[in-house]
Amino acid sequence: MNSIVSDNAADAIEAAQHREVDTPSSAVMRFSKDKPLRLDAGVDLAPWQIAYQTYGTLNDDRSNAILICHALTGDQHVANQHPVTGKPGWWELMVGPGRPIDTDRYFVICSNVLGGCLGTTGPASTDPETGKAIGLDLPVITVRDMVNAQAMLIDGLGIDSLFCAVGGSMGGMQVLQWAVSYPERVFSAIPIATGARHSSQNIAFHEVGRQAIMADPDWRGGRYLEEDTRPSKGLAVARMTAHITYLSEAGLHRKFGRSLQDRDAVTFGFDADFQIESYLRYQGMTFVDRFDANSYLYMTRAMDYFDLAADNGGVLANAFMGSKTRFCLVSFTSDWLFPTPESRAIVHALNAAGASVSFVEIESDRGHDSFLLDEPELFKTVTGFLAGAGRARGLGPSETMG
Amino acid sequence: MINGKPAEARVDLKVVAELVEPDARVLDIGCGNGDLLKLLEDTKNVDGRGIELSQAGVNMSVARGLSVIQGDADTDLVNYPDDSFDYVILSQTVQATYAPKEVVEHMLRIGRRAIVSIPNFGHWRLRGQIFFRGRMPVTRNLPYSWYDTPNIHFCTIRDFVQLVHEIDARLEKAVALNAGGQRMPVSAPWWFWNLFGEQAVFLLRR
Repeated sequence: MNSIVSDNAADAIEAAQHREVDTPSSAVMRFSKDKPLRLDAGVDLAPWQIAYQTYGTLNDDRSNAILICHALTGDQHVANQHPVTGKPGWWELMVGPGRPIDTDRYFVICSNVLGGCLGTTGPASTDPETGKAIGLDLPVITVRDMVNAQAMLIDGLGIDSLFCAVGGSMGGMQVLQWAVSYPERVFSAIPIATGARHSSQNIAFHEVGRQAIMADPDWRGGRYLEEDTRPSKGLAVARMTAHITYLSEAGLHRKFGRSLQDRDAVTFGFDADFQIESYLRYQGMTFVDRFDANSYLYMTRAMDYFDLAADNGGVLANAFMGSKTRFCLVSFTSDWLFPTPESRAIVHALNAAGASVSFVEIESDRGHDSFLLDEPELFKTVTGFLAGAGRARGLGPSETMG
Repeated sequence: MINGKPAEARVDLKVVAELVEPDARVLDIGCGNGDLLKLLEDTKNVDGRGIELSQAGVNMSVARGLSVIQGDADTDLVNYPDDSFDYVILSQTVQATYAPKEVVEHMLRIGRRAIVSIPNFGHWRLRGQIFFRGRMPVTRNLPYSWYDTPNIHFCTIRDFVQLVHEIDARLEKAVALNAGGQRMPVSAPWWFWNLFGEQAVFLLRR
C-alpha cells in the first residue's frame, strides 16, 4: 500500500493508457459521419466509437444478454485483466463462470462509457480532422447520451432486448435511464447503490474535484495533451476527495484507525504520518496514470446533471409509468453518497407506477464501495433475482449453455 | 417471520391461498421469507409483490426470485396508488402494526379485496393463562414474552369483526382454524369461534 510506483512503471502505464484511448485492445464499434449520436447538448457527435468487452455466448433467441454499466472511473474490463494496469477485472466477484452474473449462462456486455478514456469517444480521443485531442470541444455528455450510445452498440450487436441491465453508482444511473428511455428493451434492471438524481452534496464533492483539476497549472485550460503536460496533482486530489466519499467513517476507523505509517510517533511535519494519509496518496497517485483528467470532468458533470424526475415533469413515478421491466434495487447501510432513502424514493416511484420491484438494503460498513466488494448478500440477491427473471423470460439453464 | 414460525406451521397460508383467484395481482404485506407468495405463484399463477420489515426476510425472498421490498406496513402503504392490486394480504401481521385500523383501511384502498389472518387472542387457552396464572399468555404460536414481543395490538376474532364494521367494509368470508389447524364448522356461532379458534382468516371488500 505504501510502495511507490517507480517513475518508469508509471510512464509505461500512462503510455499504455494513451494507446487505449484511440486504439483500444477491446472490441470497438465505429460509427461514421452518417451515423451520428445526437447529444442532449443539441449537437451530433460523428464520427464516434464505442469500445466494449463481451463474455459468454449469445443464445439462439438472443434473449440472454446482460449489459453491465460501469461507474465513474470504471471501464469495460469487468471480468478480464486490465490492459493498462494488469489488475483483475473490476467486478470479477460478480461476473464470470459460476458467478452471480454467470458467463456460462448469460452473454455479458460491458462498454466504456461515452466521454470515457479507454476506447470510447471522449475528450482524450483524437479528432480526426485536426489530429489533436478533442479536449473541451466535446459537448457536455449526459447519462442519457451514454445510454443512447450503448443502445446503438446493442443494435449493432443484433440484440433487440436486454435480459438485464446492471450497474452501481453512475452505472446504476445508466440502468435507470435505460429503463426509462428504452423500457421495452430492458427485461430486468438492477440499479445498485444509486439514485434518481445527484444530490446537492454529491454535486458539491464533484465540484471540489473539478476545481482541483482546473486549478492545476498543468491542466493548461484543458489542452494538456497538446502541450504534453498532465494535471496529475489536481487529478490526484480530486480522486482522494472522491475516494473518501466511497468509504464510511466506521469502515475507515476499522481499517486504519489512527495508526501511523511506518513510524512509532508523529513527525511534527506534513509527511503522511497516518496510514489513512498514505493510503489516500497512493489512491490518488495510481489513479492519475490510468485516467484522463478531462474525462473525469465530463463524467462527474454527467452525474451532476442526472435528474430523472426533472426529465418527467418533476414526478419520478411518471418516468416509469407502464414499465414492464422487473427491477431489483440494492442499497448499503453505510453508503452516505447514495444513502438508502435515495433507493427508497425510486422504489416508491416504481410502486406508484405499478412496476415490479424488489428492494434489498444490505448491512455493510464499507460504504458506497460495498457494491464492488465481497458482499455475499449482494451476490445472493443478484443470483436469486436473475434466476426468477430468467424463469419469467424462459431462459432454461440448459439452452443457454454455450 | 414475524411470528418466527416455520412454514409448515402456517396452516393459515393454505387457507389464504384458497381465497385468491388465479392470475390475480397480489400484494403480501409482511411476507416474511416469501412462503405465501411462492405458494401463490406456484399454485395460482399470481403476479405477486411483497413488503417485509426484516432484512433477512427480504433478502431470502428476493433470492427466491420474488418481487419483495423492504418496508413497513405502517409507513409505506401510503405510497401505493388506489386499486393497484386485486388482493392485499396481511397474514399474521396485523397484531404487529402500530396502527392496525389505518393499515386495513389502506389495504382496502390499494386492493379490491383484503385478506387478513390473525392469531385469536380470545382462544380459551390464552384466556386460561390470564385467568388461572395471571400471566401474559405464551403459546407455541405466540412464543414471545410480553417484554420482547413484536405483537403490540392483539385482538380477538370478535374484535376484528367489530373493526370490519367500524370501517364499513364487507366481510365476504371468514374461516377459523382450531389448535390442530383444522377448519371449524361454518355454522358454529361467533362465540364458539372466538373461544376455540386459534387463528382466523377474513376476506374483506370495500
